[in-house]
Amino acid sequence: MPLIKNRQEVDDIWAFVPDDAPLSPGGCVTVSLGRFRSEMELLLARNTEIGVRLEPADDPHELEDHLDRLALIEVSFPKYTDGRGYSQAQLLRRRFGYEGELRAVGHVLRDQILYMNRSGFDAFETERADLPSIIDALEEFSAFYQPAADGATPVFQRRHGKD
Amino acid sequence: MYRYDEFDAQIVRERVEQFRGQVARRLSGELKEDEFKPLRLQNGVYLQLHAYMLRIAVPYGQLNPRQVRRLAKIARDYDRGYGHFTTRQNIQFNWVALKDIPDVLAELAEVELHAIQTSGNCIRNTTSDHYAGATKDEVMDPRPWCEIIRQWSTFHPEFAFLPRKFKIAVTAAEHDRAAIKVHDIGLNMRERNGEVGFEVHVGGGQGRTPHIAAKISDFVPERQLLDYLEAIMRVYNRFGRRDNKYKARIKILVSETGEEEFRKLVEEEFAAQRDAEKIDLPQEEIGRIHAYFSPPELAAKPATSEGFERAKTADPAFARWTRANLHPHKVDGYTTVTVSLKPMGVAAGDANDAQMMVVAHLAETYGYDDIRVSHAQNLVLPHIALDDVYDVYRELDAAGLATPNEGLISDMIVCPGLDYCNLANARSIPVGMAIQEAFSDPDDQADIGKFHINISGCINACGHHHVGHVGILGVDRKGEEYYQITLGGRADEKAAIGKIAGPGLKADDVPAALKRLVDRYRELRTSKDETFIETFEREGMEPFKEVIYAGA
Repeated sequence: MPLIKNRQEVDDIWAFVPDDAPLSPGGCVTVSLGRFRSEMELLLARNTEIGVRLEPADDPHELEDHLDRLALIEVSFPKYTDGRGYSQAQLLRRRFGYEGELRAVGHVLRDQILYMNRSGFDAFETERADLPSIIDALEEFSAFYQPAADGATPVFQRRHGKD
Repeated sequence: MYRYDEFDAQIVRERVEQFRGQVARRLSGELKEDEFKPLRLQNGVYLQLHAYMLRIAVPYGQLNPRQVRRLAKIARDYDRGYGHFTTRQNIQFNWVALKDIPDVLAELAEVELHAIQTSGNCIRNTTSDHYAGATKDEVMDPRPWCEIIRQWSTFHPEFAFLPRKFKIAVTAAEHDRAAIKVHDIGLNMRERNGEVGFEVHVGGGQGRTPHIAAKISDFVPERQLLDYLEAIMRVYNRFGRRDNKYKARIKILVSETGEEEFRKLVEEEFAAQRDAEKIDLPQEEIGRIHAYFSPPELAAKPATSEGFERAKTADPAFARWTRANLHPHKVDGYTTVTVSLKPMGVAAGDANDAQMMVVAHLAETYGYDDIRVSHAQNLVLPHIALDDVYDVYRELDAAGLATPNEGLISDMIVCPGLDYCNLANARSIPVGMAIQEAFSDPDDQADIGKFHINISGCINACGHHHVGHVGILGVDRKGEEYYQITLGGRADEKAAIGKIAGPGLKADDVPAALKRLVDRYRELRTSKDETFIETFEREGMEPFKEVIYAGA
C-alpha cells in the first residue's frame, strides 16, 4: 500500500507482526500495544528499531515512558468516522513530545489528511489517494483558528503580528 | 455584530472551493456516497425525503440586513421562495440541488455566511440568548465569547469525528432563553470579584434519552474557557461510546461514568492541557472581538413614548400585539420586538423571500442593522425605539409577520416531521396547525398566557417535545399516527423533562384534549398571573391527565 511521508511517496521498511505470529529476528517491526506490553524486554533488547500500533481504544499514556525507544507509532483507523486517533496523535505529539514517525493506517482518505496532519501525523498509508491529491488536500487552507500539533501559528496570533 | 477580517474571509472562501472539489468528485463517482456523506454533512447538506437540504449557520442567531437579503435571494433563486428557521437559530433550505450548492455557498461567503459544521458529528453552531446585548436581565453580553467559541471550534482538527454531534449554548441572563441545560455543554456567564467566568453544565440533551445537564464547574475564568472546553471534548472524543449511535451523545458518557468521575476526568485533562498545550488567547484578541459587540449608539429618549401610547389606545390590535411581542430593553425608550413566524396555517419558522426583505428593511430603517433568530423559531429586532414601534408593526402586519403570539399557546416549536424528514414517524406540521386552529382567538390566547407546546414527529426530538410545557410526540403504531402527550417540561433555568400523561391520541383528538387541558388550567390557576407550568408544578399530573383522556 502506498506510503506518503512528509509529502513524498516513500518505501515502507516496516512490517506489522500480528500478535499470533512469531517475531522475525531482524528488520523493523511494529507490534500491537498488548504485545509491546507483554514482550517489552524482548522487544527493547533487539538491535533493530521497533514500532507500536495503537487501536482506537488504546491509551497512549501507556507509551509515555518509552517514546525515546520508538521510531514509529502507527495509529489505526478501522473506520474513518472513528476520530479517537486524532486525540491519540495530539497527546503523543503535543503532550508527550514524541518526535518519531506518526503514521495513520487503515481507512485513511484524502479528505481526512489535513486534519490528521494538523493533529501530528507525518505519514499516511492510503490506497485511496495519490500523492498530488494529498498535497492538494494539505494546501486547501491557508489559515487556522486553533493551535495544533502542526505548529501553524493560529489566526488569533497572526492577527496581532505573530507569524 | 462581528465582521470578518481577511483571515475569516479567506477561510470561508477556501471552504467553498474545497467543497466545490468534493461535490465534483462525488458527481464524477470518484467519491462513494458513504465517503461523501460525512463531508457534505459537515457542510450542512442533508439528503431528505424529496431533495437535498442545505442548513446555513447563523452564529448565535445574529444576522444583518445584507445577510437576510441574500438569504431571500437564495430562497428565490435556488429554492421555492422560502426558508425555514430552526431551533438552533439556523436557517435551512429544503429544495436545493446538489450541483448548485457550491454556488450557493459562494454567494453566502460574500455576505459572511457559511454552512460549516451545521451537521455531522462535530461541534455545531454555538447558540445563545436571542435578546443578547439588548435585554435588561443580562449580566453581560454573551456574544463575544460565542464568537470566540465559533472560531475555536471551526475546523478543529481533533474534534471533527466525534462519537456524535455536539452542541454548545451560552447565556448570560437571569432567565435562560438559550436552553443551556439541554445542550451537550451549557455555559452560564457570571462575574465573581470583578472577574468574568463560566458556570459549566455538561450532558444535557433530548432525543430518545432526555437528560438535564450536570453542573461540573461553578466558575471557569474566561481566559481558561477554551482549555476547559478542549478538556471536555478530549474526554468525550476518547471515551464516548461509538458502539451504538443512540448511546453516543456525551449525556450517556456522563451518566454511565457518573457525574463525579466525569468531573474528575475533565479536571485532570484540564490540568494537563493547561500545563502542556495552553491556548493563550492574547488579551488584545479578546478585546478585538469584544469591540465588535459594543452596543449601538441609541439616542437618549424618555422612558415612555406619547406616540406609542396614543397608537395603543387607537388601535386595539396593535395594543394586543405589544402585550405579547415586546420585551424590555436595557435602555429607556427602546424595546425588543419579536417578529412571529407562527401565523395560522404556516409551518413554524417558515419565512418567504418577501417577508425576509421586509425584516431586512425594518432592521435597516429602525433597528440598527440587527436581526436575531430565536430558538423558538421566530425573528427578533432587538433595538427598536418606542417611538418607531407602531411603524414597524404596520409594516410587519402588512407582510403577515405581526401575529400577536410570542410565548403564547400558538407559538409552538414544530419539527418538519414526516412532510419533509426521512427520520420522522409521523407528521408534525398539520397537528400544529390544528392546535393553532383550536386556539385561534387572540383574546383567548392572551388569557391563557405563557404556554409552550412543542411537537416532534419522532423520538429524535427535533421539536423539543421533552421540554415543552406540553410536549407532543408523533409515533407510528401499525401504520397509524398517534401522538403521545407529555406535561411539565421546560427549557429555561428551571429545566425539566416532561412526564408522559398516558397512551397516545389520534391526531384528530389532540386539539380537543388540549382544549380540555387548558380549561382545567383556567379552573385551577390561583390568578391570571399563574402560568400553566406553575399550576402544573403545584397541582401535579392527575387533574390534567384526567381531562386529556376524558373524551376517550
